[in-house]
Amino acid sequence: MTGNEAVAAGVKLSNVKVIAAYPITPQTTIVEKLAEMVANGELNSKFIEVESEHSAMSAVTASEMTGVRSFTASSSHGLLYMHEALHWAAGMRLPLVMTVVNRAIGPPWSIWGEHTDSFNQKDTGWLQMYCETNQEAMDSILLGYKIAENNKLLLPVMNMLDAFTLSHTSEPVEVRSHSTAADYLGELELESKMDFNNPAGYGSIVPPDGPFMEMKKDMRDSMYNATNAIKKEITTFNDLFNAELPGLTENFMMEDADYALITLGAISSTAKYTIRKLRERGQKVGLIRLYFYRPFPGEEIVKAVKGLKGLGVVERNLSFGQRGPTFEDVATALYGRVDVPMRNYVVGLGGRDVRVKDYELMFENLVEGNNEIEWVNVEAR
Amino acid sequence: MYEIRFHGRGGQGAVTASKILATAAFLESKWVTSFPFFGTERRGAPVTAFTRVDDQRIELRSQIYEPDAVIILDKSLMNGVNVTEGLKNDGIIVVNGKRGNLKEAGKYRVASVDATSIALRNGLGDPSHPIVNTAILGAFAKISNLVSLQSIKNATSDTVPSRKKENVNAIQEAFEETELN
Repeated sequence: MTGNEAVAAGVKLSNVKVIAAYPITPQTTIVEKLAEMVANGELNSKFIEVESEHSAMSAVTASEMTGVRSFTASSSHGLLYMHEALHWAAGMRLPLVMTVVNRAIGPPWSIWGEHTDSFNQKDTGWLQMYCETNQEAMDSILLGYKIAENNKLLLPVMNMLDAFTLSHTSEPVEVRSHSTAADYLGELELESKMDFNNPAGYGSIVPPDGPFMEMKKDMRDSMYNATNAIKKEITTFNDLFNAELPGLTENFMMEDADYALITLGAISSTAKYTIRKLRERGQKVGLIRLYFYRPFPGEEIVKAVKGLKGLGVVERNLSFGQRGPTFEDVATALYGRVDVPMRNYVVGLGGRDVRVKDYELMFENLVEGNNEIEWVNVEAR
Repeated sequence: MYEIRFHGRGGQGAVTASKILATAAFLESKWVTSFPFFGTERRGAPVTAFTRVDDQRIELRSQIYEPDAVIILDKSLMNGVNVTEGLKNDGIIVVNGKRGNLKEAGKYRVASVDATSIALRNGLGDPSHPIVNTAILGAFAKISNLVSLQSIKNATSDTVPSRKKENVNAIQEAFEETELN
């Protein structure tokens, strides 16, 4: 099945009760599939058609507030249009799950993949997971609800799939057992939810000496301290479903590596393919893949990079006027703890293919290069 | 790993063809990936789709630059698109149409079949928009032993939403009528 079909199957497995979405390429086939499941009775959910992405996020925020498991999906400009509502969902401590099929932001217009849309949301209070395979795309929905609904966390989860590279690519996926999934997630039971018999106001004004800062600190602490709970949930998930989810990060051929790259998402697969080839030629190279981006897996990276002669951070997104956001976050994690020469590579914007020879070039550059940021597979102008 | 690149035009079913072929190999216990290069989709525009088949999990996710086979659903594409770009020296070409003046014919193994007539004969599409994707796979089965003809038929029945019997017939007829150089 395709990545988008895998997501829809994951939503079905999660027994989601409300789906609200507005179509946008390349996410559309997720909610098309879900609408079909609802229409033919395969999925017992309420499907709310809305007039915009802002409304989609507002609708699932409201339904989740009543204690009902809810889902939406978006991409690119649609996700940007949701931005304000994303802060509301997280601030209300609602355990929503949303899939983002990563697509470039115009202008110029592009329907193809890059991560800038979800990177622009990394500070909204949502957890962020980047999937590498269609199996992960399905599993991450179930895992996402499990983590989000943890009473110590209660924050929404954003699952990312690279446009087309996963969303429209078919590959073998094992559909998890419905009964196991139902037992695993159970029914959503929010301690605090909207009660129609006791009407109340939500999200109203708090003065500067009210609990505003305290609430934000609690949100930040909850996410920051969630890493152990997440790792535990991943282990439980793998045991229960005989699955192969990595930890917060995946270390690939890192044990004796001299040089390594950091990647996110589906472009990591081609990096692994390249690393196997380079290993055959005797090069000690490896990869750290960030499955979770929020909370940021700083401790995992610190452990993995010790002893490296060079670390390249691969960025499929962009921040203007500064190096890439992943580079900044990795540098922050390593600051004062590990001293590794670092470089930043920008790849795959606007759907540009990320090829074996691009990774070969990055590893070459890691040994010999001296620019602080390198653009890969870009025409010189 | 075996890599196949499909060249077609929007509406001919190249993306579905790549999926059917992948499904056929999956039915034979192979690991597969199938993916399109999406342009701004519209009828008649050139479309590329890809299938990879391997005995183990496929990690490579880039487009296919050095295919083992190219499958051309519309011969007129060959005027504007370099459909054999990167094709391996021992690669194969499957083309909808007469081999005729195909300049690549001398260099590569070629399977040619009039998939358009076969499709129309079986009620697949209409004369202005024949859906040739299943017929062309019959020709692929004739020239390649990557997957069996029966697996392609089974995968087609699993994949196409309607006219299953007609599509399976088209595959059989194409298999019988394919000319090899």
